[in-house]
Amino acid sequence: MRLPSGGRIDRTTPLTFTVDGVTHTGYRGDTLASAMLANNVLAGPSIHLGRPRGIVAAGVEEPNALVQVGPEPMLPATTVELTDGIEATTLSGRGRLATPNDGYFDKTYAHCDVLVVGGGRAGLAAAVEAGRSGARVFLADEQPELGGSLLSTPDTWEWLDTVVAELASFPETRVLTRATVFGYYDHNYLSIAQRRPGGGRLWHVRAGRVVLATGAHERPLVFAGNDRPGVMLAGAVRTYLNRYAVRPGRRAVVCTNNDSAYATALDLLESGAEVLVADVRDEESALAALVRSAGGEVRAGTTVTGTTGSPWVTSVSLGSETADCDLVAVSGGWNPVVHLHSQAGGTLRYDDATAAFVPDVARQAHVSVGSANGELDPVHPLWTIPAADGSWDTHFVDQQRDATVADVLRATGAGMRSAEHVKRYTTIGTAHDQGKTAGVNTLGVIAEALGAGTPGPTTYRPPYTPVPFALLAGRDRGALLDPARVTPIHAWHVARGAEFENVGQWRRPWYYPLPGETMTEAVLRECRAAREGVGVQDASTLGKIELVGPDAGEFLNRMYTNAFAKLPVGTARYGMMCTADGMVFDDGVVLRLAEDRYLATTTTGNAAAVLDHFEEWLQTEWPDLRVHCTSVTEQWATIAVVGPLSGRVVGALAADLPPKFMAFVDTTVHGVPARVARISFSGELAYEVNVAGWHGLAVWEAVMAAGEEFGITPYGTETMHVLRAEKGYPIVGQDTDGTVTPLDLGMDWIVSKRKSFVGKRSLRRPDTARPDRKQLVGLLPVDPDDLLPEGAQLVAPDTPLDPPVPMLGHVTSSYRSAALGRTFALALLRSGRDRLGQVVHAPLADRTIAAIVTEPVFYDPEGTRRDG
Amino acid sequence: MTHPDRLWRNPCLKWSYDVVIVGGGGHGLATAYYLAREHGITNVAVLEKGWLAGGNMARNTTIIRSNYLMDESAAIYEHAMKLWEGLSDELDYDILFSQRGVLNLAHTLGDVREGVRRVNANRLNGVDAEWLTPDQVKEFCPIVDISPDVRYPVLGATLQPRGGIAKHDHVAWAYARAADRLGVDLVQGCEVTGFVRSGGRVVGVDTNRGPIRAGAVALASAGHSSVLASLAGLRLPIQSHPLQAMVSELLEPVHPCVVMSNHVHVYVSQAHKGELVLGAGIDPFNSYAQRGSVHVVEHQLAAALELFPVFGHAHVLRTWAGIVDTSPDASPIVGPTPVPGLYVNCGWGTGGFKATPASGWVYAHTIAHGEPHALNRPFGLDRFTTGALVDEHGAAAVAH
Repeated sequence: MRLPSGGRIDRTTPLTFTVDGVTHTGYRGDTLASAMLANNVLAGPSIHLGRPRGIVAAGVEEPNALVQVGPEPMLPATTVELTDGIEATTLSGRGRLATPNDGYFDKTYAHCDVLVVGGGRAGLAAAVEAGRSGARVFLADEQPELGGSLLSTPDTWEWLDTVVAELASFPETRVLTRATVFGYYDHNYLSIAQRRPGGGRLWHVRAGRVVLATGAHERPLVFAGNDRPGVMLAGAVRTYLNRYAVRPGRRAVVCTNNDSAYATALDLLESGAEVLVADVRDEESALAALVRSAGGEVRAGTTVTGTTGSPWVTSVSLGSETADCDLVAVSGGWNPVVHLHSQAGGTLRYDDATAAFVPDVARQAHVSVGSANGELDPVHPLWTIPAADGSWDTHFVDQQRDATVADVLRATGAGMRSAEHVKRYTTIGTAHDQGKTAGVNTLGVIAEALGAGTPGPTTYRPPYTPVPFALLAGRDRGALLDPARVTPIHAWHVARGAEFENVGQWRRPWYYPLPGETMTEAVLRECRAAREGVGVQDASTLGKIELVGPDAGEFLNRMYTNAFAKLPVGTARYGMMCTADGMVFDDGVVLRLAEDRYLATTTTGNAAAVLDHFEEWLQTEWPDLRVHCTSVTEQWATIAVVGPLSGRVVGALAADLPPKFMAFVDTTVHGVPARVARISFSGELAYEVNVAGWHGLAVWEAVMAAGEEFGITPYGTETMHVLRAEKGYPIVGQDTDGTVTPLDLGMDWIVSKRKSFVGKRSLRRPDTARPDRKQLVGLLPVDPDDLLPEGAQLVAPDTPLDPPVPMLGHVTSSYRSAALGRTFALALLRSGRDRLGQVVHAPLADRTIAAIVTEPVFYDPEGTRRDG
Repeated sequence: MTHPDRLWRNPCLKWSYDVVIVGGGGHGLATAYYLAREHGITNVAVLEKGWLAGGNMARNTTIIRSNYLMDESAAIYEHAMKLWEGLSDELDYDILFSQRGVLNLAHTLGDVREGVRRVNANRLNGVDAEWLTPDQVKEFCPIVDISPDVRYPVLGATLQPRGGIAKHDHVAWAYARAADRLGVDLVQGCEVTGFVRSGGRVVGVDTNRGPIRAGAVALASAGHSSVLASLAGLRLPIQSHPLQAMVSELLEPVHPCVVMSNHVHVYVSQAHKGELVLGAGIDPFNSYAQRGSVHVVEHQLAAALELFPVFGHAHVLRTWAGIVDTSPDASPIVGPTPVPGLYVNCGWGTGGFKATPASGWVYAHTIAHGEPHALNRPFGLDRFTTGALVDEHGAAAVAH
């Protein structure tokens, strides 16, 4: 019932809420749990046994009162601030997901000298002391207001107000409320989940020092029927009385093994309740006299051994006696909240006096203070209290998991000794509360069952309390999940109606369909244009790395299979790179800009990996080489103008043209400083126009205008793939897969025999030199209209299709060719070069396609078209 | 008195065994079981420095599939799959093997190529595999967002219908109980600190509880393989990384299968109890400490919400990390070593749990015969010298 006065609730602001469809009222300042308790509302029935359950605790350690609030699947009612109109549903251990989370979640990164975790007595004292020194102090507390357990002790509220006011006066002190420090990572890096209206904020804080003032959680006592509604933690009863002015019962039995519960007994008496204290200790507490003088009864050497009542408790057994009651306030001692200390790598020791695990050695710059450091009342540990009938199956250790002493005994009886095994066998400690009230009691039960010392606790892991997925995800969702990279010309492609493909992080035009055109039709049209007239592609996404320094040539010699040190300035060379195991890693054209300066291009998706690869070798193997690598991918826009008429288009815009294939000039194009290179990935005459990204769109539009009279046709990645495949040029990552050497590609000419390079030694290993390796070949389907699916596996024609079927290789690329007037493919085929002219089969789910093995070059094998 | 639910004895350590297995995880326990069951070698000790199956066996996301690309991988993982399918019966213990299907999503044209290639190869290797269109993905797993508006739209998926999940602890306990009943000593709290040598041969181990003689010593200590092997003077080509996973609160059934996405980088299933179990990529640094970095968890959940908007209101209850031993070709190393008497089983990377039965089966064969079975012959240490790698990661192509 709600007391007529007192508490920190705002009685002028009544709030209406529903639980399971029934309407109730509470006040601002209530939690959902305190308002439920004031209205005698039960928690949901237990998960497996369906036993009625009530609210047990007043904080995050609550095992029973889980509710669904709107779309939020599972929240302890003790942590839900009451607001008007809350619609809560009680849960039986499982929540429900139904809708996306449209809340606003963001992240903040911050540094401080001192992070104080917990705004109770010890944390406030630490924060004020640190604040007075002028240090930058963060104080984080999970509650809506500072005070911690002081909020349950009205005689301290004056001091609390003073301290909070002083903290507010420090310019360098920041107080975070509703902010739970949930993770303590290496190098004093802590994560804080802050609840905010309509969402939340994730704080990442790097702290000079950390003060852990995280308090303590009270332990229940383990007796028969200890889960009956009305059995509550004594400290929680005191919180409900003093902070929320809710008295959970009128006739209370307080059962304890320590002095802390006497304060609850006295406050209950003060509120007008009847109180009987059953103290398990034989020697009477010095506080017993206070209770008696306030009108209560105290019995030493007495404990509750059972409960009755349905659903609420109506009486308890005290050994042979029975006492009527409607509230049982229990205290089995307190556990320091050592979660963060442990997450930080700190060790624990078992303290006999308090029968608790307390911080021992800190491994990072943190210190535990107050009750988190074990400053607690001594207790007389009593892990299990036998029932009169000897049964153990209603002695609940973990109420949320419906796990009892009988379950623990079953685990130890099965041969289990470790707390981790018992946890997994019984599921104790795996529920929403992660065993905050169950953990140490379980260890005590194990110790009693095995007649051994208390085993160590299970590992404390982040997060300290549950954290929303959406908070951790933050704003990295949708387009920001992995921000898309687009070229300076992107808007033009969009306006032109291009279809796009994701290539690495880039959005690249895939093809440009005209109205009513299929992809196949569009690609054939684009191919034809590039072969017969002029096509143009935005090639800006290719990775570009500038290498500068006197040893740049030597470095490239070591990284690429072919040589670059003697490449003349003003010329370019195609190069290939291997990983240390000799497999093809990347390829691209390298330009020599000056004696000490090269520009290396990479595949679009591999640019970052290549730069990392360069840096790894430079930094770990050859720190003596004088080379600097800089990514300049986004500094340049690259426009590939391709086809027999490309020279006329570029010639109309460029002040100068490169003199020959694989040469470049620094000149102007459309009046803009530009680098124009003769490079071809199609076999046709082609020019690559490179300008500063800023000018990319203008120069692209100029190229389009200059090419208009020639029917210039923009093309995308698909056409690029077809054109290069007709020429037998492999694409790293499509025609290679990390198991392919340059020799497998038939590119012996690119592998230097004179110089050393990364991967060279591996190429001499027996397996890499095997003659029957898979080699790149061409395939022509016997039916020239049949298109082999990329990824089709290849077998010899007479192979029975009973698994496992011996496979010879697979189709890596497959297209319809405008130039060939038929389909064709590239494949990796075992002993492929020995099979030229033979037929292979591609068995598919519904049919088999036969194809003839050919050289991989299908178009202009003599290379006559390169110079126009 | 024998307890009705007795899982294992806590036996006294003997001074000599025919085989000492170092590491009481899933692979070590399975190896002990198959040594006893298939090869009649029962004078075996499994030495575990902590608690049985407390390493990666206790930390994985319990996904089981055999749809590997390479012939050698498909063969050993499919052997595992067949053993999984009979394991509850064989061990008389319900391991909760649920063949609910595993989807591997494709998000780029490269993914599609790789997926189709794998489906074709799987079928010809006798591994069940299907290629699903986005609509079929939606039908199989209605909570996946297949709209073209997400950052990396779902372009299709491979499906292995026989894939699924099992209860990892039950698997470990089932093997442990069966091995124990066949006479194997499972010794917990026993840490190997060195190797006893005679001539060039390993003839035993030093432990925190004294030396133990052994006819053969078999390492099965994922997460710490390179440290242990170095005690025998053997340098393994292994890098150890933290691999994190996490669970949500218990939820009503919402997710019917297993979904994996390499590109968006998350994998998720819903465990029997009801929690969502999520894992992602490895932490990039090398470490033996079983904890990871929070930013990896943040990326993982961003990816999860992109693919599964309905997870938006779920909460992370617990995160943890195992330590995966990764080899240069991302395939395991199972077989004899250049040190006579010493065998190694490591390098399973992120694939260890699903391989458990086959790993134990081939390792037991290898130890019993002194040479590998055909299934693990391709996975010897010598392949790093010959170059005959089994490069599963090779299939993860780069984008052009």
